Amino acid sequence: MSAVEQALPQFSSKRLEEIKTLIARYPHSRSALLPVLHMAQEDFEYLSMDVQKLVAKTLGLHLMAVREVVTFYTMFREKPCGTYLLEVCTNAGCMLNGADELVRHLCDTLEIKVGGTTPDGLFTVTEVECAGACAGAPVVQINNAYHEKVDAAHMDVFITEARGQGGKK
Amino acid sequence: MIPSDPQKVTGICFDHVDVPNQNSLAVARKNGAYAFLPTVLKEFDADKIIDEVKTSGLRGRGGAGFPTGLKWSFVPRNTGKPTYLLCNADEGEPGTFKDRDIMRFDPHLLIEGMIMAGFALDVKDAYIYIRGEFLHEANVMNEAIREAYAANLLGENILGTDYSMDLTVHRGAGAYICGEETALIESLEGRPGRPRFKPPFPAVEGFYGCPTVVNNVETLATVPAILEHGGAWHAAIGVPNNTGFKIFSVSGHVNKPGNYEVPMGTTMRTLIEDYCGGLQHGTVPKAIIPGGSSSAWLMAEHYDVPLTFDDLIKAGSMLGSGAIIVMDETADLVALTRRLAHFYAHESCGQCTPCREGTGWLERVMNRVETGHGCEADLKVLKEASEHMAGRTICALADGAAAPILSLLEHFPDELRSRMAQSHQEEQSA
Repeated sequence: MSAVEQALPQFSSKRLEEIKTLIARYPHSRSALLPVLHMAQEDFEYLSMDVQKLVAKTLGLHLMAVREVVTFYTMFREKPCGTYLLEVCTNAGCMLNGADELVRHLCDTLEIKVGGTTPDGLFTVTEVECAGACAGAPVVQINNAYHEKVDAAHMDVFITEARGQGGKK
Repeated sequence: MIPSDPQKVTGICFDHVDVPNQNSLAVARKNGAYAFLPTVLKEFDADKIIDEVKTSGLRGRGGAGFPTGLKWSFVPRNTGKPTYLLCNADEGEPGTFKDRDIMRFDPHLLIEGMIMAGFALDVKDAYIYIRGEFLHEANVMNEAIREAYAANLLGENILGTDYSMDLTVHRGAGAYICGEETALIESLEGRPGRPRFKPPFPAVEGFYGCPTVVNNVETLATVPAILEHGGAWHAAIGVPNNTGFKIFSVSGHVNKPGNYEVPMGTTMRTLIEDYCGGLQHGTVPKAIIPGGSSSAWLMAEHYDVPLTFDDLIKAGSMLGSGAIIVMDETADLVALTRRLAHFYAHESCGQCTPCREGTGWLERVMNRVETGHGCEADLKVLKEASEHMAGRTICALADGAAAPILSLLEHFPDELRSRMAQSHQEEQSA
């Protein structure tokens, strides 16, 4: 084993068991790629090149097969983001109900641009495509949890509380 | 329980959606879940099930409206290959949010529908491809599946019969295109979601080259009621060729946005005024997107259109997934169209040139027009680019991208022009 491979991050043995069980659900192990990438992102926060190499090795795939999937799907991140990832849907239903104003409010309050992270590493704000919850417009996903009918006051409270917790989710 | 008198039915997929804890097996069973399943597994065969679904007139609820029974009948038998059943729960068409409620509030209805469909198609492995953002819904589905396995409703020898089926929830990862059935299959094979050429259709060569049926959540959730009460019962609801109930996801400028399950043929006006509490401003919509963002807009003159697949086609649009986005007089349609152009450019998978290039052109020109830097020639570019995209690609994403642009050009050219004039005045006075 080369020095580079030894330096790769590792899945826990519990995770490896889960992956083994998962692979058995499909005709071919390749089908487990998306679910394993979700697991890897959960374990390692984002999909660095080393994590992608680990996933390729675990599933017996070429690195490029993993790379083309990571770069195709918007939920997979190759860079770290803030402790709180605020994803605001700005597609039609949310736009008609104030999503753009909400994004502006968040960016002004946090003094960042869309896609940016606050210097303390607490918050990242992004715009996302239709979240499939338009009756609750505008919708904000905070670390994968849906928050519906969100207004500026709601987000202000959330930001204050999150700051008070000093970066612990 | 759903009444056996079709006149008295008030809902099919949403019949128990408001019941507390309906997601648990115990509560779902109290309300009739899986009660008819033993009869189907012991007394029905594939032909009988497919015939009932054909008789029911059920048309796919995911957007295309293809007859479900016919789709199932295309699956070749005894090929020596396994047949797969895939539930399309990718729900990404802007404006659509109905399948989410079935999955989070009544997951056992979907599971039961999948067991019945799987039994008819001799499926051993079935999958629910759910959009990655629906993490909560995936967790609810997984818990319901765990309970179903424990009760021998899934797995080996279901309810003591010879039939065995495994069911797996598979999360996507944020790609609108994966709602297209062949892109969904590619994605389930661990690849980027790029649609495949058809034919061969998935019914013949789908998941790993094997016969595959892809059905929408709402479609599969309708199957238990059809088999319990009979195809003729379902066909008596709604209007001919557009039978049954349909869930409409209504959003935008209405007072009570939400999912409403109503008989096919209910008019747009009734849905918006009686169910959704009317418009936020004014009395007549400025424009309505009737079937998701990829459908052509309807104007006030179509306010009384009956909501059916056929009537929406006659009105120049489509029913799609039943996603109705209502825009009242306050809506900025130029800004909205620019936002949708961005969506399609972002979501184009890039394999077909007219779509990859065209969606980018539409977005750039709409950006220019919206920010007041457009000119008369831009209108021509928008029209020509749209017309050169629609119908010239492997899948329908390019058609969807063209639809809002062409609607804006057809119905609101003055709004586009006034945006240009406004900017020219600003430039002159600056």
